[in-house]
Amino acid sequence: MSAHRKAVTVCSCPGCTQRGAAALREALERAVVEHQLGGQFDIQDGDCGGLCGSGPVLQVPGEGVIYQGLKERDAAKIVKEHLAGGAPVERLRYTGPGAPESVPLESEHPFTKDQLFWVMRNKGLIDPELIDEYIARDGYFGLAKALTEMTPERIIEEVLASGLRGRGGAGFPTGLKWKFAAGSQSDVKYVLCNADEGDPGAFMDRSVLEADPHSVIEGMVIAARAIGARQGYIYCRTEYPLAIHRLNVAIAAAREYGLLGTDILGTGFDFDLEIYEGAGAFVCGEETALMASIEGRRGMPRPRPPFPAHQGLWKQPSILNNVETFANIAQIILNGGAWYAAVGTEKSKGTKVFALSGKIKNIGLVEVPMGTPLRKIVYEIGGGVPNKKKFKAVQLGGPSGGCVPEAQLDTVVDYEEIAKVGAIMGSGGMIVMDETTCMVDMARYFMDFIQDESCGKCTPCREGTRRMLEVLQAICAGKGEVGDIEKLEELSEVIRESSLCGLGQTGPNPVLSTLRYFRDEYEAHIGDKKCPAKRCTALLKFWVDPAVCKKCGLCCKACPSGAISWQKKEPAVIDTAKCVKCMSCFEACPHSSIF
Amino acid sequence: MPRITVNDLKAIRERTLPTLCLASCKEDVKITMHMGTCGVAAGAVPVMEALKDELATAGRTDIRVVVSACAGMCSSEPNVTVELRGQAPVVYQHMDASRMRQVFRRHVLRGEVQTAFALMRQQAFGPQGNVK
Repeated sequence: MSAHRKAVTVCSCPGCTQRGAAALREALERAVVEHQLGGQFDIQDGDCGGLCGSGPVLQVPGEGVIYQGLKERDAAKIVKEHLAGGAPVERLRYTGPGAPESVPLESEHPFTKDQLFWVMRNKGLIDPELIDEYIARDGYFGLAKALTEMTPERIIEEVLASGLRGRGGAGFPTGLKWKFAAGSQSDVKYVLCNADEGDPGAFMDRSVLEADPHSVIEGMVIAARAIGARQGYIYCRTEYPLAIHRLNVAIAAAREYGLLGTDILGTGFDFDLEIYEGAGAFVCGEETALMASIEGRRGMPRPRPPFPAHQGLWKQPSILNNVETFANIAQIILNGGAWYAAVGTEKSKGTKVFALSGKIKNIGLVEVPMGTPLRKIVYEIGGGVPNKKKFKAVQLGGPSGGCVPEAQLDTVVDYEEIAKVGAIMGSGGMIVMDETTCMVDMARYFMDFIQDESCGKCTPCREGTRRMLEVLQAICAGKGEVGDIEKLEELSEVIRESSLCGLGQTGPNPVLSTLRYFRDEYEAHIGDKKCPAKRCTALLKFWVDPAVCKKCGLCCKACPSGAISWQKKEPAVIDTAKCVKCMSCFEACPHSSIF
Repeated sequence: MPRITVNDLKAIRERTLPTLCLASCKEDVKITMHMGTCGVAAGAVPVMEALKDELATAGRTDIRVVVSACAGMCSSEPNVTVELRGQAPVVYQHMDASRMRQVFRRHVLRGEVQTAFALMRQQAFGPQGNVK
């Protein structure tokens, strides 16, 4: 080892090792030998100076040069241009972090700047398993006010004044529901929380329960005081283990403080609650089925009336509210109904939490004031559709809801306005679809879901949804016939009119709303046997149009079954005998040349 | 603990609020790990392990680690929020074990905000607890 050999270090910390430091070092050693630089450079174990997340890191300490994020192949380039040639490879150099000011503030970031955190006010800020932290953020002060300063009538008045409507999606005024239950004469009443979030694409309730379980508990105790109940249940699906765990921790802590149990806050008021874990049947989100499930019976709906406010759980007056509804209550009591009603539209007040997902850049939970245009949620908060694809529609309310196309995107978040365009507010699932989504296929998916989840009690829902699914499956398989659309419309009408519960009554909605805005897609499937979005594999030819093909060969590389032959400067050809119709080539082709 | 009264509730608030606000804590650094179902599914557990490992190596006693829930933007998870005394908390996105090590060594230990991984800066949690 001669003293004048210059050190070149490769970091061997766990971070850099994980990112391929060992392979980089070997490649470096090989390249140094190749360029006969062994006499000039000494490769050593080094340190990345903490740049573990940008590793592997290679340094030439004598020159103060740091390289980061290197691939194995970069070693040869660095040896050739830098070690042998004397010119550092600028492209790979680490030049230090940017100014902290370049990171947008939450109040300026497009995702957060137009959100209003009321229900999600504690999200990510407190430890959900520590009741003291919830109390520090004014938690249980709404309850204290309700128990010490307000009569039950006054609580209901305040909730009525707030204009709060059921956040499960139906939008029934919460205060009115409570008023009916309060007016029912009975010694035993129940407060129930619906945490049976079952819509595909909905995860608002789970997030609220995980981030701030006490806000739901506090809302329930206030509701109990308002209607005169002493026992409550939270009906939560067992697929939410973390939510259930945090709820259990929260309930235990609230009991220990006497915020649940007997003589709450020394006011003589008693209330306790339990979690009831549901097995995840979609129909159990329906109120009468949910109550049947808690009673230990099969989760099936029954006709109403009698309404739960008069005869609910165990035939006693009960109220059932959604997680998000309860999470609003303490704030309303603390700040007053007028404060709450100051935000929103004429008939929809406060905020609404949506679970934004699908073909959208920013996926996540979005809480916006009522009256926010859907366009703003999709294009500003959500950041628009990624991969240069075109927006097609946004689906609201899951299997009971409908879709809103581009032309109606200026619709604002409001129960009535959204209903006008054929969708529903729903519990908050918001799925964005781009031009590659086939609307017939989407309707088929939701109908499949509905017929799978139909409890089977009433015939229109049990049999009707199955018939609708069969028609949709035939259309997607290229076996659609003239008259199928009319058949779907007729079935929809009958199922809507004659089903027992909300599941059946709203089940045809995805079909009706796609027929309303995308009838041409149905017609293309049936008449031309074509799927405009290129999703229904039975209607695709798996044929490369030589006139459109740019001869790039990406489809050939993507094909897992070797069905595509391609040579440079020649258009690709698909051998349909070998093709397994996996769609990999469609996704890989940047020029949409496969049909 | 016996049943609490409204006055006890106030006492708990007075006592706990300062602990939520770094400015009134004895610690100099607060690291919030966002570990809801979504964060865990995105890989928050190895991030937490890397943090524990770094903490043990650093031997600092003035760093507080808090486990919290989803920060809201699921597509940017796993998220970690780092707050240094007197500075705006920085929410980091798409964290993995090695990014966590980098954020710990460069930001927590040296005060250098790792802008390449940062999602947004928040307003510091004030002694009044008013965030927005």
